[in-house]
Amino acid sequence: MSGQSAASLRKKVVVALPTEQYLSWGRYPRTVHQHVHRPAWNDQLPGILQTAAPGSLLSYGLGRSYGDSCLNAGRELVVCRRLNRILGFDADTGMVRCESGVTLSDLIEVFLPKGWFLPVTPGTRFVTVGGAIANDVHGKNHHRAGTFGAHVRQLGLHRTHDGLVVCSPDEHPDMFQATIAGLGLTGVIAWADLQLKRVGGPWMDTGNVAFHSLQSFLDLSRESDGRFEYTVAWLDCFAGRNTRGIFFRGNHSEQRGRNSRPKWSPKLPFALPALALNRYTVKAFNSLYYHVHAADTSASLVPYDSFFYPLDSIRQWNLLYGRRGFLQYQCVIPENNLEALEEILDRIARSGMGSFLGVLKQFGSAPPAGLLSFARPGLTLALDFAMRGESTLQLLRSLDEVVRQSGGALYPAKDARMSPALFEASFPRWRSFVPFIDPAMSSSFWRRVTEIQ
Amino acid sequence: MMTITTRSSAPRIARMQKIVVLGATSGIALEIERQLAAQGRELLLVARSPQRLSELQSDLLARGARQVLTIAADLGQLQQHTQVFDFVRRSFANFDTVLLAYGSMEDQKDSEWLVDVLVDELNVNFVSAAALLTLFAADLEQRRTGCLAAITSVAGDRGRRSNYVYGSAKGALSLFLQGLRSRLHPAGVKVITIKPGPVQTPMTDHLANSARFAQPERVARRIIRALERRSPDVLYTPWFWRPVMSAVRHLPETLFKRLAF
Repeated sequence: MSGQSAASLRKKVVVALPTEQYLSWGRYPRTVHQHVHRPAWNDQLPGILQTAAPGSLLSYGLGRSYGDSCLNAGRELVVCRRLNRILGFDADTGMVRCESGVTLSDLIEVFLPKGWFLPVTPGTRFVTVGGAIANDVHGKNHHRAGTFGAHVRQLGLHRTHDGLVVCSPDEHPDMFQATIAGLGLTGVIAWADLQLKRVGGPWMDTGNVAFHSLQSFLDLSRESDGRFEYTVAWLDCFAGRNTRGIFFRGNHSEQRGRNSRPKWSPKLPFALPALALNRYTVKAFNSLYYHVHAADTSASLVPYDSFFYPLDSIRQWNLLYGRRGFLQYQCVIPENNLEALEEILDRIARSGMGSFLGVLKQFGSAPPAGLLSFARPGLTLALDFAMRGESTLQLLRSLDEVVRQSGGALYPAKDARMSPALFEASFPRWRSFVPFIDPAMSSSFWRRVTEIQ
Repeated sequence: MMTITTRSSAPRIARMQKIVVLGATSGIALEIERQLAAQGRELLLVARSPQRLSELQSDLLARGARQVLTIAADLGQLQQHTQVFDFVRRSFANFDTVLLAYGSMEDQKDSEWLVDVLVDELNVNFVSAAALLTLFAADLEQRRTGCLAAITSVAGDRGRRSNYVYGSAKGALSLFLQGLRSRLHPAGVKVITIKPGPVQTPMTDHLANSARFAQPERVARRIIRALERRSPDVLYTPWFWRPVMSAVRHLPETLFKRLAF
């Protein structure tokens, strides 16, 4: 444009006001970022990286990490949402190339009508492909398919000094492995090639079974793994040692059901008063939830979204937890150590600080896709805790002890407070990851758990 | 393929099947194109960067567009216009809608003392736009069909202290469209003036409060509806800008000149 000649040569660095707008899903900790870059095209990224101060940047997608792994307090974010183009699709093989800000929701919307589905999906569709790779997310089919990263065939990575690095299991395999589950620290993902999966349609054959002990959960899980592609359990975390829960399982269906779900979904407009979710209301909810599902154990045909994404139907459900936000606690415990899991549930029940979302899943034995992948053989338990200050942090620290002694690990994508020691115990290989970190990148989480500034 | 019905008793005609977007990589245009692609329309995109055009083309095809043609050109340069126009006529004959979506908003402070910045700003936002619209208008007028639309701005409704350079160019474009509408009316060619309020796009990222600006998805949806119905003549989006700007236009100048916004 002729405007380019004079005007853009003198393009000033725009100093935006520090903004609190970018939080993580748990809305804790509340951080302030110095500057937020919002590139709309991949060609803008080299410039952003090259003019950045060392350790100043972190990519940010939809902010669905729960703790501080998507935050960069006092520094800068590169928000990748506008980098959301699908760059190519092979209708014969189901291989899609997309930019890192494409959401899983986008992919479903575009490719499910063509008979393709995500190879692995977490419990929300509102995450970006870049975020799914950086956290190497898992889903209800971990026992069959492994993690998200296992289905990435190749990716383009913007690096400060190396330009665009194309990596895959064959080309720069070390960088490829470091970038999967690399917490966004190895550079900014430009695009990724993702292998989609053929499905018969948008419907799921599902069933649920009530269980009353961790052992019976494990038996159910082992028995179901061969027959069901997707398995997961909900657990009443107020029950303590009198474990009770519902085991959900399902397969993609060729059949078509009757669609009765409304397109519209309710949205929480603002943070609820902190008291709305107290031990009595949550306990009542858990009891109700258990009885409703325990009573209905018949097989049923349900739409994929109500099976995979029940919480997506309430937009901004994180506001349920009030202004102070919440913490999620997700650990994995080796299978031969059910006592540790019982101890954790017992400590939670005794504290009275349980959540209405206790989720339990048996991971499969797939080898980790990334250097810092969280998923590993064992049982993984995820729970929410409203942030109530020191009492909450104290409870979680007491759970940390059990996890550590059991030889388990905590999930960085859900964490806002684990100690450097527990991180080291969870990811003993983290030091070999350090050389792959791009000089421009850092995150609140990384500085906290490694104590490297 | 999709047919749009009109409310009148006129015969059903397929409207807005082939759309030319001038400034196809601008923030609002991107959203419009994506929504049109999902509806299976045909698009011809004009923008500066061949690389960006090719990324955009892949995306729109994957999302369902029936056809996506692209041509790289700097529309701010008048001498490139005929080449673009010839390409459109040759490769995309019988296009029925033209949307002009580009604009430039430099920091006004620069154009207050650098005349070349001022002139560039006026050239891009008004002169080049008027020149392009004139080319396309002649073609549609001759075929006695179609719709011309251009994105101007609420900033063109009154000259403000902080943004009068951009505002005057957009205001001039709005006046130009007004006259063009009247000229093309007998030929049955529709001219739509689109006046968005501030929208969350790369053009406005540097402005304070940009987080409170309108979502481009919503603005795009409204613009597409106006293009399909070929109504109203002047679209304010979001809607509340119409009463707001009406009030702003009626403030007495003695008062208005004292307002620091």
